[in-house]
Amino acid sequence: MTIDSFMTAASDYANEVDGTFWVLVVISSLITLLVAALIAGFSLRYRRGSTAPRGPLSERFGRDVEIGWTVATLFLFLFIFWWAASNQLSALNVPGHAMEIHVVAKQWMWRVQQPGGAREINEIHVPENVPIRLVMTSEDVIHDLFLPTMRLKQDVLPGRYTYLWFTATKTGVFHLTCAEYCGTDHSVMAGRLVVMTAPDYARWTNAQPEADDLAHQGEAVFHSLGCSGCHAPTSSIHAPDLHGLYGRAVPLADGRVVTADEAYLRDSILLPAKDIVAGYAPIMPSFRSAVTEDDLVKLIAYLKSLSSSPDAGVSPASGKERAGGTPALPGDRRMGAPQ
Amino acid sequence: MTDAAIADAAVDTQPASYLTAGHTLLSWLTTTDHKRIAILYAVSITLFFFIGGIAIGLVRLELMTPQGLFLTSEAYNRLFSLHGIIMVWFFLVPSIPATMGNFLLPLMIGAHDVAFPRLNLFSWYLYVFGAAFTVYALISGGVDTGWTFYTPLSTSYATGYVVAAATGVFVVGFSSIATGVNFIATAHMLRAPGMTWFRLPLFVWAMYTVSMVMVLATPVLAMSLLLVIAERAFGLPIFDAARGGDPVLFQHLFWFYSHPAVYIMVLPAMGVVSEVIPCFARRTIFGYAFMVYALIAIAVVGFMVWGHHMFVAGQSPLANLVFSFLSFIVAVPSAIKVFNWTATLHRGEITFEAPMLYALGFVGLFTIGGLTGLFLASVPIDIHATDTYFVIAHFHFVMVGGTVSAYMAGLHFWWPKVTGRMYSEAWARFAAITTFLGFNATFLPQFVMGWNGMPRRYHYYPDVFQAWHVMSSVGALILAVAYVLPLIYFGWSLIYGRRAGANPWNATGLEWQTSSPPPKENFHRIPRVDVEPYAYDAFVHLPMADNRTPPSLPSPASGGG
Repeated sequence: MTIDSFMTAASDYANEVDGTFWVLVVISSLITLLVAALIAGFSLRYRRGSTAPRGPLSERFGRDVEIGWTVATLFLFLFIFWWAASNQLSALNVPGHAMEIHVVAKQWMWRVQQPGGAREINEIHVPENVPIRLVMTSEDVIHDLFLPTMRLKQDVLPGRYTYLWFTATKTGVFHLTCAEYCGTDHSVMAGRLVVMTAPDYARWTNAQPEADDLAHQGEAVFHSLGCSGCHAPTSSIHAPDLHGLYGRAVPLADGRVVTADEAYLRDSILLPAKDIVAGYAPIMPSFRSAVTEDDLVKLIAYLKSLSSSPDAGVSPASGKERAGGTPALPGDRRMGAPQ
Repeated sequence: MTDAAIADAAVDTQPASYLTAGHTLLSWLTTTDHKRIAILYAVSITLFFFIGGIAIGLVRLELMTPQGLFLTSEAYNRLFSLHGIIMVWFFLVPSIPATMGNFLLPLMIGAHDVAFPRLNLFSWYLYVFGAAFTVYALISGGVDTGWTFYTPLSTSYATGYVVAAATGVFVVGFSSIATGVNFIATAHMLRAPGMTWFRLPLFVWAMYTVSMVMVLATPVLAMSLLLVIAERAFGLPIFDAARGGDPVLFQHLFWFYSHPAVYIMVLPAMGVVSEVIPCFARRTIFGYAFMVYALIAIAVVGFMVWGHHMFVAGQSPLANLVFSFLSFIVAVPSAIKVFNWTATLHRGEITFEAPMLYALGFVGLFTIGGLTGLFLASVPIDIHATDTYFVIAHFHFVMVGGTVSAYMAGLHFWWPKVTGRMYSEAWARFAAITTFLGFNATFLPQFVMGWNGMPRRYHYYPDVFQAWHVMSSVGALILAVAYVLPLIYFGWSLIYGRRAGANPWNATGLEWQTSSPPPKENFHRIPRVDVEPYAYDAFVHLPMADNRTPPSLPSPASGGG
């Protein structure tokens, strides 16, 4: 397979960005031409020795001209700002049914976990016409996932999740690369974004060797790390029940109320002393040294599944039958979603 | 340009001047004369400019093929880091202020020297030791963080001499601060009688505003570098996410300095161009007061736009919008300046000597640099274009097409004042035009490949970009020739150049009323000023002959040779 040209616009959003870009190109070309024409025209007409009329202009005229072009420039620039910003605002809302794919970056590779449990390296397979939400973090330095054909990039930060969402409207193999300088092999930290039709994607998913979806894998981690020892409803230790936690408002011991999003779950596992839940003693140890980024992804997928079906431990649908495994949360206020 | 050559030139300069005040190396290294310190700076930044230029020359050569030619990725990364660190901190930031600012500020306001002459010399020593130390670290050990020192790459992962390089840059920062303090005090305390604030040449206003930015912003750079050193050398958890730190905090601190630093580089350039264009158009600058307000507005608003470097760094969408808005606002005064320079040509008596060619080149390239800044201020466009060659092309249009062109304009304009000699006009015009063409050949292709998705700081790149890279590299070669040429004809002029006379361009401004080169104390008697700046109307019909006896201003201004 060859990688389609960088400049294919493979989503509606990409087409909109291109439209904005070309309008800006036209406006700035016109301004550049105006300045160049004025400079060239004046240089010719008022060159030394020409017969053009000289002499001072009235001060009043000069001030009027000055105020005129200041105001005109201000309005033009504010108009461009408003126009670009309104395009951007409409792209902030992640569709509620977006399919989530987890990306962990490290020097110098991308590790990807599909909701169905399949793992990939330097490749992301996605179905066409389905909103995709990438949940990304880094194990070392700052990287940046750049999808030129989607006109999107987003820094991938250590110690925190950032997000990127898109809906591909063209099938093909597109470029995926690191855009934030990350050390020696930065320039080869590249990969492929493979956009397939929905049936092709389902076939591809079924052909992957991984047996379980992410939430099931997370359940196993939940037991092997000993989380269940305290957080099980039958436990003798006074620890919060995690069923239905995800997406809920959580009152904290210091009076704050936070929403239990991915960032909150992550912090509670790694930095448990940061947000103590009201009514509980701060007895949970940090799992920073015990849990890897990949296991965190699985754990959080498991905890999310506890909210999507309050009665069962794990969501009934496995990734093999259902492509969009886990539900998306309605927009994360902490991070600029699509950028 | 070497000390020896300058000293040689001084020997046969007729009347006593600052150049004849001492011929030993020691007399130069212990001088407190602002004009000699300016030359010390000029020699050192020229040296660093060519070191940084050689580094990027190797990079451009390497990029001729997608798989590289002769460098390892490690060496490639170190070369572009070296280029960035040297060009930003050891060339562009000090370029116009420390050379022309030092030389001209006291002359333009009618003073004998800057307010603190010894502090001035001390600032050069800080600069030269800090910069030499850093360059030694960069060449002997290497640093592969890029000039931006982003954490946690710089604190925990990069190999090489990060602490040494950061320490050197930290020290050089204090040279900026000292120069800024000195210029502010000089502008406030030492203006000649009658030289009111609104009679100051715009170059002085540019020096004044840039000094404010230097004094307020550079300490933040010093702090952020100290924090990097503290984490890397002593393990303090500041930016390390695993220990509760925040790597993005560094970017906020860094750009809080480094965006104003863009204005540190470009405000002085605007000052130079505002001197050159009225002189060769024989016309008062259009909208003097607005030009002053625009300088102040850029300096103030320039402090509030740093977040536009971080649209994809995980900043909140609201913060992105606010920074986007402010970035559009800061573009307005820059646009006004472009219109005013253009309008100054209207009804002029224009001639096209080398300084004017460079200055007109500045206006054109700065316009493109500024307009592409609007692209990057628009959030959706920036998300695609940031960290690609589009950004590289944009800021080189501002800093190289803009600042370096203006620096060359100033160098040619005031060369006769500094040395008392003329250079070859034909060669200088040739170099000016070559610079303009070579510059566009180098950086226009980078806009195209950037928008097509070519990321910056890439050693290996996809084949589709090769044609653009080759074009860019050929342009860089032309640009290199254009930058070496002045070295030759300026060197020639030091020895064989025609004597310039006090005012070869028939320019207004106090610096042209004293002899060329000026006496050690600048003016035998402090002049009195009772005319507005840029009173070119009185000069309009005087031809611009090189060796003319300078005409006297329509004021009873005194002094001069």
